[in-house]
Amino acid sequence: MNIPENLLYTDEHEWISVEGNTGRIGITDYAQHHLGDIVFVELPEVGDSFAMRDAVGVIESVKAVVSVYTPASGTILEVNEELEDSPELLNEAPYDNWIAVMELGDKSDLDKLMNAEAYAAFCQTLED
Amino acid sequence: MAKLIFEKHVNNSNSFSLPECEISLSDTSESIPAQFLRNEKTALPEVSEIEMVRHFTELSTRAYGVDSGFYPLGSCTMKYNPKINEWAARLSGFAGLHPYQSEDTVQGALQLYYEMQEMLAEINGMDAFSLQPAAGAHGEMTGIMMIKAYHQHRKDYKRTKIMVPDSAHGTNPATANVIGYEVIEIKSNERGLVDLEDLRAKMNDEVAGLMLTNPNTLGLFEEDIQAIATIVHDGGGLLYYDGANLNGILGVARPGDMGFDVVHVNLHKTFSTPHGGGGPGSGPVGVKSKLIDFLPKPVVVKNGDTFSFNNNLPLSIGKVKNFYGNFGVIVKAYTYIKALGAEGIKEAGQHAVLNANYLRHQLRDDFNIPIDRLCKHEFVINSKKQSGNGVTTLDIAKRLIDYGYHPPTIYFPLIVNEAMMIEPTETESKERLDEFVDVMKAIARESAQETDKVLTAPQNAAIKRVDEVTAARKPIVKWEAP
Amino acid sequence: MRFTPNPSVVVDEMLQTIGCSSLDDLFVDIREELKIKNCLNLSSGMGEMEIRSRLKYLAGRNINTEDYPCFLGAGAYDHYIPAALEQLLLRSEFYTAYTPYQPEISQGILQSIFEFQTMICKLTGLDVSNASMYDGGSSLAEACNLACVNSKGKNKVVISDTVHPEYLDILKAYSLSGHMEIVVVPGQDGQADIDSMVKAIDNETACAVIQQPNFYGILEDPSAVEKVIHENKGMFIMSVEPLSLALLKSPAEWGADIAVGEGQSLGINLSFGGPYLGFMAASKALMRKIPGRIVGQTTDLDGKRSFVLTLQAREQHIRREKAASNICSNQALCALAASMYLSLVGDRGLKDIATRCHHLALYARQEFEKAGMELMYKQPFFNEFALKITNPAQANRNLLENGIIGGYELDDALLLAFTEKRTREEIDKLVAVLGGIK
Repeated sequence: MNIPENLLYTDEHEWISVEGNTGRIGITDYAQHHLGDIVFVELPEVGDSFAMRDAVGVIESVKAVVSVYTPASGTILEVNEELEDSPELLNEAPYDNWIAVMELGDKSDLDKLMNAEAYAAFCQTLED
Repeated sequence: MAKLIFEKHVNNSNSFSLPECEISLSDTSESIPAQFLRNEKTALPEVSEIEMVRHFTELSTRAYGVDSGFYPLGSCTMKYNPKINEWAARLSGFAGLHPYQSEDTVQGALQLYYEMQEMLAEINGMDAFSLQPAAGAHGEMTGIMMIKAYHQHRKDYKRTKIMVPDSAHGTNPATANVIGYEVIEIKSNERGLVDLEDLRAKMNDEVAGLMLTNPNTLGLFEEDIQAIATIVHDGGGLLYYDGANLNGILGVARPGDMGFDVVHVNLHKTFSTPHGGGGPGSGPVGVKSKLIDFLPKPVVVKNGDTFSFNNNLPLSIGKVKNFYGNFGVIVKAYTYIKALGAEGIKEAGQHAVLNANYLRHQLRDDFNIPIDRLCKHEFVINSKKQSGNGVTTLDIAKRLIDYGYHPPTIYFPLIVNEAMMIEPTETESKERLDEFVDVMKAIARESAQETDKVLTAPQNAAIKRVDEVTAARKPIVKWEAP
Repeated sequence: MRFTPNPSVVVDEMLQTIGCSSLDDLFVDIREELKIKNCLNLSSGMGEMEIRSRLKYLAGRNINTEDYPCFLGAGAYDHYIPAALEQLLLRSEFYTAYTPYQPEISQGILQSIFEFQTMICKLTGLDVSNASMYDGGSSLAEACNLACVNSKGKNKVVISDTVHPEYLDILKAYSLSGHMEIVVVPGQDGQADIDSMVKAIDNETACAVIQQPNFYGILEDPSAVEKVIHENKGMFIMSVEPLSLALLKSPAEWGADIAVGEGQSLGINLSFGGPYLGFMAASKALMRKIPGRIVGQTTDLDGKRSFVLTLQAREQHIRREKAASNICSNQALCALAASMYLSLVGDRGLKDIATRCHHLALYARQEFEKAGMELMYKQPFFNEFALKITNPAQANRNLLENGIIGGYELDDALLLAFTEKRTREEIDKLVAVLGGIK
């Protein structure tokens, strides 16, 4: 499982890359692997605001559907519209193909997230 | 390549005609003003009658029914569909009845409805039945609506949750959600049954009830059902029975006697009406007296020798379906129950359980059975013994197609990895079961020695495996003219 | 009758193989006090000949529409069903089959559903259709539920009371979920009160609903409603009669987002109210939101065109507690009957049937007016209208005595429907009997 060092992670398998006051979010390699071939991504609306752990989108594969929960609170600035026509991008490169960029709300939310090492350990417990 | 009916269109080849119109009308050209008329063509296909008949006949040769062969789909109860049922439903005295005819002109239909209500109540140990819901999921929805109405009537608005076992079929939590309840999952224990401790911990005054199927989706009878009922009732909740697995206890035990307050049954499973390729079914719902007031209306009642509809049910949840129910399906189930009678019903349940346990015994050497003990009408195996060769449950299912079988249910229940749920039903002979065992053993052998055959199955069907991913990514859901 | 094939000798053999001495051993997991003592309190089984007698007796107690001409409509219609349908529908590969979850052995069924979906799209003019639902009323409830669940902050359904009263009842029952607030706008003079509907629509309205033709058979012009609901970013839903769509403006042409309705007119027996056929078609944008099964086209490993149940991630068995609808089955065999019907009568045939229905209704109006009677509502209709009658129940009794199944009783009127099965003679008799009592 690919788990980049510079990102923060949730126990619902989302990642966030913090750049100043904005955060770029997506799903992890573990998530895309377990979902299988992704067939559809429902993106959030630009301008919508969410609290930490709110469901901001939906990802469907042939046999499963999961919500995407935001790792931090904030307002959506940008969404990756490429995913609408090519949902498979999430399978191909889950860390390059982000889902949304948010203006961060309460930055202390980030303290509740896992770093790469902690997330790797968390994934290990799921496999057992 | 098989053509669609639209691709067989030939202009002016259709000769459907109506009788001569003998009426004479004064100028009718303005009778439907232009603003209401369509401009876009309907462009339905035009084919001759022979081509139409050949088209659908050909389609039927690429389908597979219970009459074609063994169909061991777990939780679907694919038993034989008696032909006398089909004859009965097509009698013009049933098929030709308009639902709004006056009651004195449909006494036979009302009598059938009434007797069916009574027979289902007896079979299930309940006090009253409504035959209105059109399908199992529809019956479930009706049952949960009544539970909600019951609590609301008592002004108990705190109960916003419904409990569902983790082994439950997806319709259970879906139904609860659709009716506005929050779903609480109850764990299964190592015996594959409801974990009483977990149930006790989660039952409280915010819980409206528990949805349960018994036997459960592993084919196991909930031995502690009385304790389960007590926990739920003591907490002020109601117990709902998902009748999908009724065939496992048919004629031997009744949900009403176990403490269930409301049940739904599937006429197209337990009561032999045909599945039709995905419907129509019928999902009657039965209740104990505490819920009678909430039944959908109307209910059929008897006054002396006369049958009539009773709409005077002020607390009824109202209607869930137009008119009264899937009458054409109910006629078939009525015929079946009358055909079997009391002894035949018991025998059906007993033989269903015998056939399942026989298969379980015969398959255990070659396939992993996660919970291998006395089951009821169905049991679950998985592909653990074959996975070393990279063979999955899906592969085994597809290879069964090559041998001329419809595969059992796969990847359900979710609590067993790589599950395959097998339900033979009581209408299969020992010979058929032995043949099935031989084929399964052959596939087990192939999984080890000729693995490719299994991994690339099916090879002998009308088509090979399909691309489900593209179908979901770029859906094409209708034909368009090129 | 018994359908269990193993004689007792074989049963004993099987029991022995699995280490049981009797059938009772198979039920030791059920406590004794829970078991039925002896047998159920039901009659004994019957042989086939006895069953025939019993069912013939019950069927014989009914007056049916093959014996008497029927002018009842109100959501179920006595249309002609061509002979080929019954025989084709008895092909056991169709009716004894399960849902086509294994595409390799169910291409025939999947293809027929794909064709059905296409035909519904052609009739409604919309982009996508599901594989069918239980009936017209529950389809409408599911459509309104879809609108409410998919619109943030909107949960109102604005609906005219000129919709079939049972559809309103079903909608109210479905609103027990708490997801929908039903706002019923009373109609006027047999039509929807468009102005009041427009006033009732606001930015909390998820959808507005019109039935076409409405319950009284009258044609509605929903243009103003469509405009306002869309201005408020809600959905416009129409409940339609599929046979009428051969002539009438399609829901797509009216700007509808969703079209639902009752497909019983398309080759399905009256059968005392069921099984019938609900349908739902919608705009492309709603494809991943509509409930029910959907068949899609794809290719197999050899590149062959194939069909498969798709977009299953919407359905209850995957969404579970996140599902917006719990529907499992479609009415597959009824949808198949509808496809067969439409294929058999063809494009021109359907138009001829619809035209004939309309003309017979016009003729009836002409004759009623000649006999000094009048219609309750004067607006344009398709094939059904309300005739002013002082005592509708008595009128129906008179008609029955004269060998005619009359109309649906309203206050002071009879709702009469005219299908292509009706003849001039039957209509003349209807007029004569009703004219005799006024």
